[in-house]
Amino acid sequence: MSAGRAAAQLGPPLRWPRVLVVGWFYQLKMQAQSGFMIMTALVQPLIFATIAMADQQAGNRSLPILFYALGAGIMGIWSTVVFGCGGVISWQRHQGMLEPLVMAPVPFVLVLMGITLGTATVGLYSMGATLLWAAVVFRAHVQLADPLAFILAAVVTVVSLGLLGLVMGSSFVLYRNSNSISNMLEYPVWLVTGLLVPLSLLPGWTHPLAYVLAPTWGVQALRAAALGGQPLPDLGWCLLASLAYLALGVWLVGRVEVRARSAATLTFQ
Amino acid sequence: MSTAAVTRGEFAIEVEDLRRTYRTTTGTLRRRRLEVEAVRGVSLHVARGELFGLLGPNGAGKTTTIRVLCTLLLPTSGRVMVQGLDVVQSAREVRRQIGYVFGGDRGLYDRLSALDNLRYFAELYGLEPRRHRARIGEVLEQVGLAGRERERVEGFSRGMRQRLHLARGLLHDPPVLFFDEPTIGVDPVGAREVRQLVADLSRAGKTILLTTHYMFEADSLCNRIAVISKGQIVAEGTPQALKAAVSDVTVVEIEAYGVADPVLDSMRALDGVDSVTMETRDQAQLVLVQAREASLLTGRLLQLLEGVRVERIGTREPTLEDAYVALVTAG
Repeated sequence: MSAGRAAAQLGPPLRWPRVLVVGWFYQLKMQAQSGFMIMTALVQPLIFATIAMADQQAGNRSLPILFYALGAGIMGIWSTVVFGCGGVISWQRHQGMLEPLVMAPVPFVLVLMGITLGTATVGLYSMGATLLWAAVVFRAHVQLADPLAFILAAVVTVVSLGLLGLVMGSSFVLYRNSNSISNMLEYPVWLVTGLLVPLSLLPGWTHPLAYVLAPTWGVQALRAAALGGQPLPDLGWCLLASLAYLALGVWLVGRVEVRARSAATLTFQ
Repeated sequence: MSTAAVTRGEFAIEVEDLRRTYRTTTGTLRRRRLEVEAVRGVSLHVARGELFGLLGPNGAGKTTTIRVLCTLLLPTSGRVMVQGLDVVQSAREVRRQIGYVFGGDRGLYDRLSALDNLRYFAELYGLEPRRHRARIGEVLEQVGLAGRERERVEGFSRGMRQRLHLARGLLHDPPVLFFDEPTIGVDPVGAREVRQLVADLSRAGKTILLTTHYMFEADSLCNRIAVISKGQIVAEGTPQALKAAVSDVTVVEIEAYGVADPVLDSMRALDGVDSVTMETRDQAQLVLVQAREASLLTGRLLQLLEGVRVERIGTREPTLEDAYVALVTAG
């Protein structure tokens, strides 16, 4: 068979969505079976959800249990993104996979995006688990006010967190130990984005930070869709944040790939 | 092949004065920056369809050179072209033209099946979707993994992993292939099959750059060989030409027990001795002395081995391995 026939290609931009979806699928397939990822997505959010929901049942009933369950679910997705993107890229490097992936003749940002979107999707375990926990253990009435909007909000939130992971992931490609720094972002982001505590209770100086982080808008959209409200404005902001992350991610990954080839950080040695 | 006889357009790989420096740090409290020059002015030209061997000890710069050629590392300086394309300026176009097969356990998704590994890379290499199944079937057949493709890679033996590496490298049918120690850790039967496949690919017209530590492998497969040592090419030519360079040398093989380093140093100091190396085989030691007029030396060597149990001593003609040892130990 000739090289030309085997490598007959669609025009590159037409191929990119397919590359992204196939990459997402295989990364999801691998990570959804990873014990570490499942533990990250399940155990920690359930502990925090339990504390918050127990507090609610003990008397602080100003907000419904679903409010906390959803917040804990997003916490799980965020944890998965933080640990997952760092861990997965370190793992790809350790497995000797970064080099074959970089060597593929598609833009590396598509490959990396498949990895981070797959990772963020595994975080949906958290959402399912915290909702189930609320219903079974705390006997919460889990009825979604607008199920379609909720699904849409969940998808947009996962995509936006995956794209935020792409921005962080670019540094993981460049620096072998950067995941140890990014892991420290887990708790502060939980706090400033209002996942467990309403934003209105936080000091004003934290609000600008909250507004540039997608989990803020994602959880607000999910809560509005679940508890009754207007999820669309929050979804719009979440989408806008996603586009900003995408633009930043594309710009960063292009540069980081060149830097990584220069600094020789694609291998584990 | 005479380099002068080949016009520029016939080269699949051109490397001119390649240099690559790594920057690193050392020390715990007092961090010091270090610069390690892994490749120091390497030049080589590989014609289209040629099977070229790059030999050298660990750390000599082989893998760094291959990684630059595969667009995984940027050169510090020098000019590197593959299929007439600059690896720095046209990295993506170069990637379509090359396949990289490296040895070892790593570089595959263990949690996926062999089929899924290949499907993913078929997508990344832009194979036409309706051709995926047929092409994957072809390469699985070619590397002898047909029938095992639905098994997860984590259950694969070293040899099967190596075949999967090969399948992935061949998937997009690239005209240029880089094999970095493809038989390392593979059992003898598997290694023979890998060598057969490399030979078949060469006969099919592929340009192949092969690195290996096994001299018989390079001797039997390669049209030409370059020996790299301390980041520089120290010799280049056909296997026959390299062997001819040490044709005036005879190798004295001494199988003994309890040879100490000072004895080896004394042997090295003898007139006419080019190199002395020692291998350990189980309990025994095999001392290899490359020397001119070895027949005159045998007595003096035995004198130096007084008190050492010598099982066997004999002389033989030099092999490619002897030529290689002479080249990399010189200077």
